[in-house]
Amino acid sequence: MNDTTAVTRNERGSRNDATQRAEAAQRNGSALIPPVDVIEDSTGITLRADLPGVAKDKLTLHVESGTLTIEGEVGLALPENMEASYAEVSMPRFRRVFTLSKELDTDKVSAELKHGVLNLRIPKAEHAQPRRIDIKVS
Amino acid sequence: MFQSLFPRDVFAELDRLQREMRESFDLSPSIRGLGRGGFPALNVGGTPQSVEIFAFAPGLDPATVEVNLDRGVLSIAGERKPDLPADDGGKAAVHINERFSGRFRRVVSLSDDIDPNGVSADYRDGVLHITAKRRESARPRRIAVQ
Repeated sequence: MNDTTAVTRNERGSRNDATQRAEAAQRNGSALIPPVDVIEDSTGITLRADLPGVAKDKLTLHVESGTLTIEGEVGLALPENMEASYAEVSMPRFRRVFTLSKELDTDKVSAELKHGVLNLRIPKAEHAQPRRIDIKVS
Repeated sequence: MFQSLFPRDVFAELDRLQREMRESFDLSPSIRGLGRGGFPALNVGGTPQSVEIFAFAPGLDPATVEVNLDRGVLSIAGERKPDLPADDGGKAAVHINERFSGRFRRVVSLSDDIDPNGVSADYRDGVLHITAKRRESARPRRIAVQ
């Protein structure tokens, strides 16, 4: 009897591992790509991303070694025992990675999330701001 | 030279190819066409008491969204204003423009057991959630044996 218990536990243990791995793979692998608008003006770059259903605390913005990662988890108030019959948004996760260029000042990124739209502003570094160069006449 | 290389827009061709592939997989398409890829994206689910519709429509003013129910057909309509800067003499450059803008309308036909007075909608984090209650008489119930 002890053996059986051990076997069951093992099986269950391995299944748990498998589901955990699957979940981790899903977390790392598949996510929806949110549509974005990117606008550049002389002082910086504005990025707007559609992240419907992502609450403020479920959104992660990550700037690391020249890449910007936007990651958000969709949280819907699903009623109990709801059966999905049709889905166009099939994954509850958004992710998109951008490569930033050197003249952008990643320390001064500001972000705002309103009605599921992320508004990100990345200013250009001081030295990259436009300036007029005087021409000296000799 | 470029004309012979790109006889048509490559991306439009890819879109068309994708659409055709989808159509060939869907054996009984809806009379309202393939909704997939439209704005807003819809998810539909049901419980024994209600039908739940989630419209992923970020960046709207809730006051301007029109949700109508007419003879069992639910329609969601509105407009999303473009956020892009107006042409100001080339000062701003738009590098990526993927977000939808303009007027939209999506239509869902509901089942017959929906109570037209029991439809409610709320807008949170850019998701419009519509709950349509089923009629009391149509809900599943247990019949007591005497």
